[in-house]
Amino acid sequence: MAVSVSMPAVRTRSVRRETRGFAVLAHVSLGLWALAVIIPIVYTVLGSFKDNTELFGAPLALPGHLRWSNWAGAWEQAHIGRYMLNSLIVVTGGVAGTMLLGAMAAYVLARFPFPGNRLVYYYFVLGLSIPGVVALVPLFFVVQRLGLLDTHTGLILVYIGQSLPFTVFFLAAFFKTLPGEIAEAAAMDGASHTRTFFQIMMPMAKPALVSVTIFNILGQWNQYMFPLILIQDPDKWMLTQGIAQISTQAGYQAEWGPMFAALTISILPVLVVYAIFQRQIQTGLTAGAVK
Amino acid sequence: MRHGRLRFIGGFLILPLVLYTVFMVLPSAQSFQIAFTDWRGVSATANYVGFDNFARVLQSDEFWKAMRNHGILLLVVPPATIALAMYFAFLVRGLWGAGFYRVVFFFPQVLSVAIVGVLFQSVYRPDEAGILNGLLKPLGAGPIGFLTDPRLALWSIVAVMVWSGVGFYFVLFSAAMAGIPAEVEEAAALDGAGRVRLFFAILVPMVRDAVQVAWVFLGMAALDAFVLVKVLSVNNGGPDGATTTVPVQVYGKAFNEYQFGQASAAAVVLFFIVMTFAALTMRVTRREQLEY
Repeated sequence: MAVSVSMPAVRTRSVRRETRGFAVLAHVSLGLWALAVIIPIVYTVLGSFKDNTELFGAPLALPGHLRWSNWAGAWEQAHIGRYMLNSLIVVTGGVAGTMLLGAMAAYVLARFPFPGNRLVYYYFVLGLSIPGVVALVPLFFVVQRLGLLDTHTGLILVYIGQSLPFTVFFLAAFFKTLPGEIAEAAAMDGASHTRTFFQIMMPMAKPALVSVTIFNILGQWNQYMFPLILIQDPDKWMLTQGIAQISTQAGYQAEWGPMFAALTISILPVLVVYAIFQRQIQTGLTAGAVK
Repeated sequence: MRHGRLRFIGGFLILPLVLYTVFMVLPSAQSFQIAFTDWRGVSATANYVGFDNFARVLQSDEFWKAMRNHGILLLVVPPATIALAMYFAFLVRGLWGAGFYRVVFFFPQVLSVAIVGVLFQSVYRPDEAGILNGLLKPLGAGPIGFLTDPRLALWSIVAVMVWSGVGFYFVLFSAAMAGIPAEVEEAAALDGAGRVRLFFAILVPMVRDAVQVAWVFLGMAALDAFVLVKVLSVNNGGPDGATTTVPVQVYGKAFNEYQFGQASAAAVVLFFIVMTFAALTMRVTRREQLEY
């Protein structure tokens, strides 16, 4: 009797101790990785206030004082603001276009049977398996022939074309799951297909639209390969191009402070947006992988 | 009504189809055509040269260096990233502060690869101003040329790929593990399975779908590696081809040397490698679904 009572008690205590030990080990492992992620970013932010002498000191030492002149340099001489604005313009246009056209195509393909429907669908999905670099060389000449080299319009159109396969694929799957009754009721009331799409189906598809929008914003904001060949005029560069150039330049001139300031300025907005929307961003991006 | 329906379908499809065709399908298809010509970018002077470009690509040292590098990336990056992500996802379950780790780990995923590349230039700098060498100096080691030493350069790139990828798959696997019914784990615990056993016998098999997705994505990224090598490595894939990849060579051949035929031939070869990889992974990983 005594044995059968004390046994569970002993077991619970050892399990609890084991759990606590596990938690400590877990925090050590996870904490180390968290440091590996954070240190390069902290170093960059600290570096944005340092002069060259301080940069050659201990990597994580604090700067002697806040040298905002580095930031001013990044903003004025390195034109980081202009690159950001350029990226903002292109991504706004690119994502708006991608979402509108992608949703339209996905909706028709998901809900309107017509001869060739599957063919068109697979034609879009085909694009998912083509590595971007395969199109790279001819794309330059296509855009050149259209007179769109060195224009944001050209880049926007390329982004839309390249983003459509995933967008159509993802949204078509979602539109299929929506109930048909509401659309039928709208048709009974005399709403046109177009109106049903914009006023009824689009609002119903909001969760999927949010996911794909996040996916496309990040994808297009981070794009480097296409701008590299399509935008050669430095006034029209994307942020990714600008940063790569500033970094190369800093190597020649040994002006590291302004380089770190430019890098900090380009990371900060992403960090802020991420801090606010991290849950949606994580769901949006991983939803794309699970599909 | 029927007429209106067809017009609606056409109206909604035409623009997406045109943009997708003009800016993705046609250029991709044209690569296959240009690969058989000696085109140098000046119009009307392209001659068909058969498989010359392919022969030249396949005979170049550079290409085989790239193949070796893709091979290493393919063998190391996916397993390392998946293993770390899986390990962290396992550790973080039910842990106090799990949300914090999720936010921090995932962050590199939202940074553009170009910015990550520039960030790691300062991590890897070969003097004491670099983060790693600055940390090594008090220990009396270094300075190490992480990117300039041909034996280390590719591994430095591998580390950055793993660094930026782990968070994404950590979140993916965490979500997959959260979807495992509690009864399964309780049953395992009642049968006396310890944590290690639980991990390998229950958790890993049950999130196999997620692992398969991760494998395909990471493999594709290893074959498509361009931005990181371009921004981070010395001399666009150096030193001496130690970090070169096919996409980097496609870019260089086309836009530095104006050898559009050879560039396209290399791109076409890469296309078939990617297709083979995709087909192989589908075949190898396709097994019976676990039902629960």
